[in-house]
Amino acid sequence: MNETISFFSGFNVNDFWFMGEAALRTLWISALSISIGAVLGGLFGWLLHEGKLTATLTLAPVLDIFRSVPLIIQLVLFYNFAPIVGLDLDPFGSGVVILTIYTAALVANVARGGIEAVGKPMRRAARSLGMSYWQDMRYVVLPIGGRAVFPAWVGVALGVMKDSALVSVLGYVELLKASQILITRTQEPFLILSIAGAFYFALSFPVSRYAAKLEQRWAQ
Amino acid sequence: MFDYNFHWRPVLKSLPDLLEAGLLTLQVATLSMVVGIVIGLVLALVRMHMRGPLYWLATSWVELARNTPALFQLFFFGFGLGAFGLHLSPFAIVLCGLSFNCAGYLAENFRGGFQAVPDTQLRAARSLGMSSWQAYTRIIIPQVFRIVYHPLTNQLVWAVLMSSLGMLVGFRELSGETQFFASRTFRIFEYFAVTAVIYYVIVKFILAASRLLAMRLFRY
Amino acid sequence: MIEIRGLEKYFGALQVLKGIDLDVEKGEVLSVIGASGSGKSTLLYCINGLEPIQKGAVIVDGTDVHAKGTDINKLRQKLGMVFQQWNSFPHLTALENVALAPKIVKGKSRAEAQAIAESQLKHVGLGDKLNVYPGALSGGQQQRLAIARALAMEPTYMLFDEATSALDPELVGEVLDTMRLLAEEGMTMICVTHEMGFARDVSDRVAYFHQGVMEEIGPPEQIFGDAKSENTRKFLANVR
Repeated sequence: MNETISFFSGFNVNDFWFMGEAALRTLWISALSISIGAVLGGLFGWLLHEGKLTATLTLAPVLDIFRSVPLIIQLVLFYNFAPIVGLDLDPFGSGVVILTIYTAALVANVARGGIEAVGKPMRRAARSLGMSYWQDMRYVVLPIGGRAVFPAWVGVALGVMKDSALVSVLGYVELLKASQILITRTQEPFLILSIAGAFYFALSFPVSRYAAKLEQRWAQ
Repeated sequence: MFDYNFHWRPVLKSLPDLLEAGLLTLQVATLSMVVGIVIGLVLALVRMHMRGPLYWLATSWVELARNTPALFQLFFFGFGLGAFGLHLSPFAIVLCGLSFNCAGYLAENFRGGFQAVPDTQLRAARSLGMSSWQAYTRIIIPQVFRIVYHPLTNQLVWAVLMSSLGMLVGFRELSGETQFFASRTFRIFEYFAVTAVIYYVIVKFILAASRLLAMRLFRY
Repeated sequence: MIEIRGLEKYFGALQVLKGIDLDVEKGEVLSVIGASGSGKSTLLYCINGLEPIQKGAVIVDGTDVHAKGTDINKLRQKLGMVFQQWNSFPHLTALENVALAPKIVKGKSRAEAQAIAESQLKHVGLGDKLNVYPGALSGGQQQRLAIARALAMEPTYMLFDEATSALDPELVGEVLDTMRLLAEEGMTMICVTHEMGFARDVSDRVAYFHQGVMEEIGPPEQIFGDAKSENTRKFLANVR
């Protein structure tokens, strides 16, 4: 941070670019974590649904931990744990790892709910038509269960996008960290926070609205 | 790969302080839930029954709370209000931020709850000569409360997890206190590991207590 | 006595009651029949002020229901109402369902309210269900619970809005029996109903509603035996 050597006062175009770059970093770390986390979470959800004893005994409690400890603590803990086991991770790398597992832990529940939303009779019907287990999964469970939990999945994704702001605690300069830096330098807290807030809102609001619309349409 | 020496003794020595901070965490989370419930109820009722400026105010509140990061909301009550010469204490920042957030999320839960109680319940109550106030407090709200009981419990858990953001605005709840000790002793991993356990226990305690309470409250 | 004078009721642009004039004397049992959408249920809602009216008046024992100064909550204590969807309060036991309004509306003591509730529940044959939640009762039992709940306010009039039409056929009888019992005890009743047997056997008068108009009113023998209006005859021919 260079607030001590700053001699800017007031918010200028460079600052705006600075925030823009930071916003891209927010998008990048979110997109990466959400996409890997969703795939991983889907896999976990399927394992949990299949309910093999090992999955229930090992996976479920581990995922539960990631839902019961504040994300910020997870980030600090992992960032400081990595070097202990000889991993050389920068704040971005640590952030991606934790956000991914965090996403996966949340998505696992959603995915399991989705599989369970498809009733037994329907799955029996699919199998009775001669579909294999995987065909049943691909052509029956995925489209029907996926629809049932799509809004919940969008909720998780938007939540992780917003929570990515916490990676700032490791020093990763995403949007909110950049805002904080600029606030100290320019003393324009209201303007800068409004810009940052508007960015998150512009991203989250339309998507959540769209998901709610879809949910309504599908419910009919 | 384990050439790191774990030092747990300083952590154990400050355990009483950490536990006390954990109590503070629980307090600030509970308090913001109480405020959030009251405001959330009002927001839901305003959005359901009013038009005009009050409707837009309530809707903006709900959408802002749900579509921006909680950390952004805390910063707003921290630096944002500073722009208007209003400087809140760290405790007040966390309380306001969390209450703002909880109220927004709970408002949507309450709205769903009210919609799930049939209109005819109100008619039946009024037909017995109950006033509108009596009908709401004795007939409608108890039923809504049951519907939103689980979301309410989840929101309390979220409030506990979110209160960890206090450490970023200088509030010494569990996370803030942990950071304070960690930065003094450089035993960051050990301190945050113990804190993670404390959070886990708090969360499990809330869930267990909620389940017990539900058994007593809801016999129907 | 309930006096209805030139009552008109609109839902938006749709007129559902087109000038109703009707008197109901104390002790009388009036059945209101007609196709769905004929305005007969709306009439009941207008009588106890659950729906506002646009023209005319409803006067109960000399008090104008829709006048500004009327204490509607007090007036409703005279007008017990039973709904098609029985609307028992799911979070209260049968006893609490019945005892609540006497306690909080009439200000009775807890013990008094419970005694009233208990006797009314026995009255409708639910004496053994006092501490059961409605979720564990059948539709017929819940409807009898709703009747007991209305009776506990000691009303002068009882309004029944298709009290049996949401019930499974085998449960209709027990509710009709309870209504019959009330009629025999001399309760003043207005029953919107599709049960022609009940209308014929129990009521003093039967009114036929057709598209927001009271087409015909008279003693059951006349309505069922020798209806004057073509519409009434057509309707009765169809339901039988």
